[in-house]
Amino acid sequence: MASIQLRKLEEYLQQLDGFEKPKVLLEQYCTSAHIASHMLYCAQVQFNDIEGHTVADLGCGCGILSLGAKILGASHVIGFEIDSDALKIQSQNFSEMELFVEAVQCDILQYLPGRFEKYFDTVIMNPPFGTKHNAGTDIKFLEIATKLASNTVYSLHKTSTRNYVLQKAAQYGAKGKVIAELRYDLPKAYKFHRKTSVDIQVDFIRFELN
Amino acid sequence: MKLLTHNMLTSKCLKGVTVGYPLGIVAKDIKVSEVDFNSEFIARIIPKLDWATLWKAAESIGHVGELPQTLIQDFETNEEFLKKVHHVLLEVEVINGDLLCPESGRKFPINDGIPNMLLNEDEV
Ligand SMILES: C[S@@+](CC[C@H](N)C(=O)[O-])C[C@H]1O[C@@H](n2cnc3c(N)ncnc32)[C@H](O)[C@@H]1O
Repeated sequence: MASIQLRKLEEYLQQLDGFEKPKVLLEQYCTSAHIASHMLYCAQVQFNDIEGHTVADLGCGCGILSLGAKILGASHVIGFEIDSDALKIQSQNFSEMELFVEAVQCDILQYLPGRFEKYFDTVIMNPPFGTKHNAGTDIKFLEIATKLASNTVYSLHKTSTRNYVLQKAAQYGAKGKVIAELRYDLPKAYKFHRKTSVDIQVDFIRFELN
Repeated sequence: MKLLTHNMLTSKCLKGVTVGYPLGIVAKDIKVSEVDFNSEFIARIIPKLDWATLWKAAESIGHVGELPQTLIQDFETNEEFLKKVHHVLLEVEVINGDLLCPESGRKFPINDGIPNMLLNEDEV
């Protein structure tokens, strides 16, 4: 059981600040408090994957998933993030909450392969989906996540790539199951989108490592 | 940066570095705070640690306390021992300083508790 209610968790996460000037190349957009709280609550209440566990957050940004995991009782959380500005906002967010989450600044694709292997029980992430220039970034994040985690990986991927994602995961020794389909509101910060925001279909997937 | 995290970090990603472990610590600011003790968690994390690295790191920043230099047997059931490990792993934190690559001497700054392991392009 989780020690706090879903609604409370969402309220906490709503108070966090997001990116000040989102960097499009790094695909900086926050997971909404609504989605983040539901992801984490599900991971805890249905699967017992958070409380008392070590958790990694890949591309932690302003820290919403890390902090949510901490609120739900994770024993040790490390967020990995490339961007100093995001980490600054994260530090501010955490100091207001008086909860402690560790962070390591690094390029995940470069630094993490070969490190922290199987060190974490659970990995949670909202990876960059990849754009025209760096297609498949989410798959690279997924591969790394499956190496870091000893039990499970929770992640978001575009619904349009579902079969590919599940197939890739299987290659990495992880059995994926779509837990929910979400409508995800990609924010206006994305200049190359003409509309102010675009809805895309996103899968929330739980990958179990064998 | 807590010593639990330090235990996992390496500089192997640097060009020409073969092991890159353990990283030295030059601590300018250290904070000690109280963290809830979860004996089960500590017992579960100990087998994943490099004990010698933990001990040396704690000693080098002056916080080794009564931690034994070698891991004791049957630590799972030794509450007092687990508490000491808990303190060193989770309650001591390097806020500002540097991590040092043992082979190249390259410094990785720790600012605001966050080690920066980013590399320049010519270093990979
Ligand atoms: C979609 S955002 C998610 C942010 C946050 N986890 C959240 O859920 O709100 C992706 C994050 O990954 C970071 N990122 C992108 N590429 C990265 C890389 N190679 N290494 C580390 N972080 C990266 C971005 O800076 C951004 O903060």
